[in-house]
Amino acid sequence: MTADYPEWAGFAQGPWQQAIDVRDFVQRNYTPYDGDAAFLAGPTQKTLDVWQRLEDNYLSVERRNRVFAVDTEIPADIDAFPAGYICKDDDVIVGLQTDVPLKRAMMPFGGWRMVETALREAGAKPDEHVKEIFTKYRKTHNEAVFDIYTPRIRAARSSHIITGLPDAYGRGRIIGDYRRVALYGVDFLIEEKKQAKDAVADQPFTEHWARYREEHSEQIKALQKLKKLGEIYGFDISRPAATAKEAVQWTYFGYLASIKSQDGAAMSIGRLSAFLDVYFERDLAAGTITETDAQEMIDALVIKLRIVRFLRTIDYDQIFSGDPYWATWSDAGLGEDGRSQVTKTSFRLLQTLRNLGPAPEPNITVFWDPALPQGYKDFCAAISIETSSLQYEADDRIRSYWGDDAAIACCVSPMRVGKQMQFFGARMNAAKTLLYAINGGRDEMSGKQIVEGFEAVQGDGPLDFDDVWQRYEQMLDWVVATYVEALNIIHYCHDKYAYESIEMALHDSEILRTLGCGIAGLSIVADSLSAIRYATVTPVRDETGLIIDYITEGEFPRYGNDDDRADEIAAVVVHTVMEKIRAQHLYRDAIPTQSVLTITSNVVYGRATGSFPSGHRAGTPFAPGANPENGADSHGMLASMLSVGKLDYHDALDGISLTNTITPAGLGRTKDEQVGNLVGLLDAGFVPEN
Amino acid sequence: MTELPILDVPRLRATSGTAGIASAGEMTHSEHLAAVRAGDLGSVHSWELVTAVDGPGTRLTVFLAGCPLRCLYCHNPDTYFTNKGEPVLLDDLIKRVRRYRGVFRATGGGLTLSGGEPLFQPAFAGRVLRAAKEMGVHTALDTSGFLGRNASDELLDDVDLVLLDIKSGDPATYTRTTGRELQPTLDFSRRLAERGNRMWIRFVLVPGLTDDEANVAAIAEHVATLGPAVERVEVLPFHQMGRDKWESLGLPYELEDTEPPSNELIARVMGQFEALGLPTFRG
Repeated sequence: MTADYPEWAGFAQGPWQQAIDVRDFVQRNYTPYDGDAAFLAGPTQKTLDVWQRLEDNYLSVERRNRVFAVDTEIPADIDAFPAGYICKDDDVIVGLQTDVPLKRAMMPFGGWRMVETALREAGAKPDEHVKEIFTKYRKTHNEAVFDIYTPRIRAARSSHIITGLPDAYGRGRIIGDYRRVALYGVDFLIEEKKQAKDAVADQPFTEHWARYREEHSEQIKALQKLKKLGEIYGFDISRPAATAKEAVQWTYFGYLASIKSQDGAAMSIGRLSAFLDVYFERDLAAGTITETDAQEMIDALVIKLRIVRFLRTIDYDQIFSGDPYWATWSDAGLGEDGRSQVTKTSFRLLQTLRNLGPAPEPNITVFWDPALPQGYKDFCAAISIETSSLQYEADDRIRSYWGDDAAIACCVSPMRVGKQMQFFGARMNAAKTLLYAINGGRDEMSGKQIVEGFEAVQGDGPLDFDDVWQRYEQMLDWVVATYVEALNIIHYCHDKYAYESIEMALHDSEILRTLGCGIAGLSIVADSLSAIRYATVTPVRDETGLIIDYITEGEFPRYGNDDDRADEIAAVVVHTVMEKIRAQHLYRDAIPTQSVLTITSNVVYGRATGSFPSGHRAGTPFAPGANPENGADSHGMLASMLSVGKLDYHDALDGISLTNTITPAGLGRTKDEQVGNLVGLLDAGFVPEN
Repeated sequence: MTELPILDVPRLRATSGTAGIASAGEMTHSEHLAAVRAGDLGSVHSWELVTAVDGPGTRLTVFLAGCPLRCLYCHNPDTYFTNKGEPVLLDDLIKRVRRYRGVFRATGGGLTLSGGEPLFQPAFAGRVLRAAKEMGVHTALDTSGFLGRNASDELLDDVDLVLLDIKSGDPATYTRTTGRELQPTLDFSRRLAERGNRMWIRFVLVPGLTDDEANVAAIAEHVATLGPAVERVEVLPFHQMGRDKWESLGLPYELEDTEPPSNELIARVMGQFEALGLPTFRG
């Protein structure tokens, strides 16, 4: 297919015109920016007015009531709702998930019970007819999963050694390449999908073949609905975007279609800045827009990204510590050719935090490299100090595995945009697994025998490191196998009953799939194994012989202090778990990966877990992600960054997180000093040189 | 003991792989004495990577054990005694400094010797500073100056920045606060100024103890005579974060009921320094 649309006038030509290749378009057309923030514009009156109306009429009400409003009659879909606006002035970048801001829609394909519970908790009841459809006629993802689950999965689930599995809600962690809508227009995308579908038409029947063709049909139908969504708001998005404003609007429609039809645990938006910047530069050069206009468009888009809402249960909110949707927007980083991918639009995105004030969404994620332009690094540090709203990732690690057009789904999961998706795997409790290893599969909280065929540690003497490590490896075999079995079932069912048609329509037809497994409680395992190795740990039993506590005497190194003795144990645990995941058979030829990132569920995991040799008390929260145990890192923040840096990225390609809090005053006496010191910390923490 | 499995995949290592600072092994009494005298062996309380506290950038601050002063507000009373520290060989400490050269480069930081009182172990401190300079590492010395006479000119040549804590300007207040005399610190500051050693002057502001206007004025007037060697003055508001340490050490803590200084008081004191043209910061 070749195309040459009038909308492409002025763009550098290339292979992106022959086949869908947004990266090629960006690389040939974007303008790196290495200046400072002086060019930026403040908010327009219209931006401030819309934001204020949103606050007064909607956000303030939602904060009081938890949920602003729910729709009980219309199951969500791309074109299910009429047009909605925040207010009359909301006309820069338009489109809401339903017809009213913050009103949450039912998405029953993931599971009916979740919908009904969430509605009840919001004080509402579903329409009887809709309920009948999804309980009587239409099977859901959740129902299918429990049709297949094995007894060991059910046991592991109920004892919370495996938690938060996406078996009753949308899995998320898929990023449609929303830029394609703007660059090519929907008709081009439909044509490409039709061709891909029929390219295999003369091949013989296999289940793989049938699924491929059926999924393509679903994608094409979703793209047709996407066009209709444009029409609902008065736009013809069958053709490419002709202006910057259209490019932002078309791209947003692509994302909006996704969040109208899927309520995944993370609904990230991708890597947009350099792409949109090409359009801004073209219009700025033509004199058709000003910097103020450009900023107003990005502000308007960001306002929309701040009001994504899904119908969630209170339980779900607890697992995820609130109501996040991870509209992660990845930015900056270096290109494979060494050029910085920082553009003026990277600055405009950060500027939204000043124009609109701080907010957790969209989750702005900076791919950091010491070689980024100084002006941008300084601006990032200044915005971080002012708003605490930025997230940083090591660009070098991501680029070397996933290329320079990768984006983060959720908080740390990188993927090539439009070419790769993840089967989200929640996480297994690696800390509780250690207690199971010591107790021979008996749950330390309930006393129930959860895992059969293991012996508990005998006697009242101190624990022996070799013995415990061997038991730990064996118990990991059981937990990992059970965990991956559950994930295979879940993703098989999700593809079948809650397929992400529009997001996959904005992917290539042949894609890479990863299975994102995860672990919780790393610091506790590392410290506990270190205690067993370097100190004397004596188990304490209850009257039934169950080990419920430990007496630890002597000093032992703790993970998080740049002490190789403890950090090495943490690295080996991550490596060992990964090896065991690699040994499993995975659904749909997925590539296994692992994350260490319990940013959101530490409290829930901690509540279900007993006491440890490290001194961690039963029922208390885990440290988040790859963080050192709360209070165990006594050698400064950078030392903990260096400890975390010893975890091998090859063993945790789905990402590793470290959550840190620093007060601005802790970074220096003056603002300049604070900015300089934060830039230095990030440079040193991400790519240390020796 | 089982060896942990070797990781056979390529690794991006954050560090060179040396262990944390090891404790020195067994020595005979005479070996030990000789090592201490030569500065091959020191007593170290702890180390930390800190930002924006003990000099520019992010620094490896090494807290040496032992101090001749007994400041009422000390927030590290666990560093009073040399024999309570960890015996550490020079080479082992230097390895840790070497490990962080990349960090120092990236952050504009370096090594800070603190304590305790680093000049309580002048031979060891001198060797550490020399080694750091040989590696091109920026060095800072965090001292009360009371033992300034222990610092040789050679040692001071290896110090890029002195964090000089002048705890009071009035001799009686100084003695009441620290149990020692003020004069050695004043002499040391004069010597540093004459040598051209760069200084950040620090003053801990404790309500009811060091906040007297005349006491502050005496420091400010002295510092103002030291000339361009003084780059900044840091007024450090008293805090109660050291209280638990006093308690766990079983030491009597006189400042149990002392509140941190008010913003007004801090502003007044900073103003006293600023009035004499000294660039002054709140710590």
